[in-house]
Amino acid sequence: MSQVVIETLFYITAGIALIGALLTVTRYNAVHALLYLVITMMAISLIFFLLGASFAAALQIIVYAGAIMVLFVFVTMMLHQGEITIKQESMLFRPGRSIGVTFLSVILFAETLYLLSPLADATFTTTGAQINHIGAKEIGLQLFGPYLILVEVSALLLLTALIGAFHLGRRHQEQSL
Amino acid sequence: MILEQPMIIEQIMIPEQAMLFFSLALFSIGVFGVLVRRNLLFILISIEIMLNAVAVLFVAASSYHNNSDGQIMYLLVLTLAASEAAVGLGLVIQMYRRMHTLDVDQLSSMKE
Repeated sequence: MSQVVIETLFYITAGIALIGALLTVTRYNAVHALLYLVITMMAISLIFFLLGASFAAALQIIVYAGAIMVLFVFVTMMLHQGEITIKQESMLFRPGRSIGVTFLSVILFAETLYLLSPLADATFTTTGAQINHIGAKEIGLQLFGPYLILVEVSALLLLTALIGAFHLGRRHQEQSL
Repeated sequence: MILEQPMIIEQIMIPEQAMLFFSLALFSIGVFGVLVRRNLLFILISIEIMLNAVAVLFVAASSYHNNSDGQIMYLLVLTLAASEAAVGLGLVIQMYRRMHTLDVDQLSSMKE
């Protein structure tokens, strides 16, 4: 029974992720596209959770839905500077525009609520079923054991990206050209 | 003496085909976005979707084999996505400052 429950949850979540991704690449307004992208990221995070990868699920929320999306939203805001009037503002924040996002996120919220509720817990304990769970401890042991060089390469990659982004973002470059 | 019954633990698995199809569909949507959109910002967003599709596949493989190597590759993909977003958005800002548009078809100064 719990197999059916997990599969159903997976199909709903995968549908939300695919709808979100499809709406992301077809929107005209960049802010709407980013809203749907956040929904896609959260749906993927729930899929990681269903796969038993709770650490990856947390990282997906923190890094993708948090850090990278803030970067995108910030750049979108910078590019639209100066042309934002009160009229545009009222058009952008009309509740009717966000009804799709709201609908998809409410489904995701309900699924997560069900997974965390005692109802789902009872289903799993009575059948004795379990998901392959790989937590933060195993990943940490691997990461600082055989994969130590990978951590250092990642640090170098991030430092390179930092220097590159700083260099590209400087303003006085446009006067020299 | 009562023989202890070995506890049968049922392994819950999302079907591999469904997971592969989901990852492929997400990747295809990303490719569609890169090919169809001409706005540089939307191209970057589509690349993020493609990277996510690959990350889903890595984590799924890690779960099916009960091995944490896939999640370590996921961490690397995450680092790559963060770096790519930072550099790509820097390029978006520079392009907007110079061209005052984000249409990639306008970037044709090397033809002239």
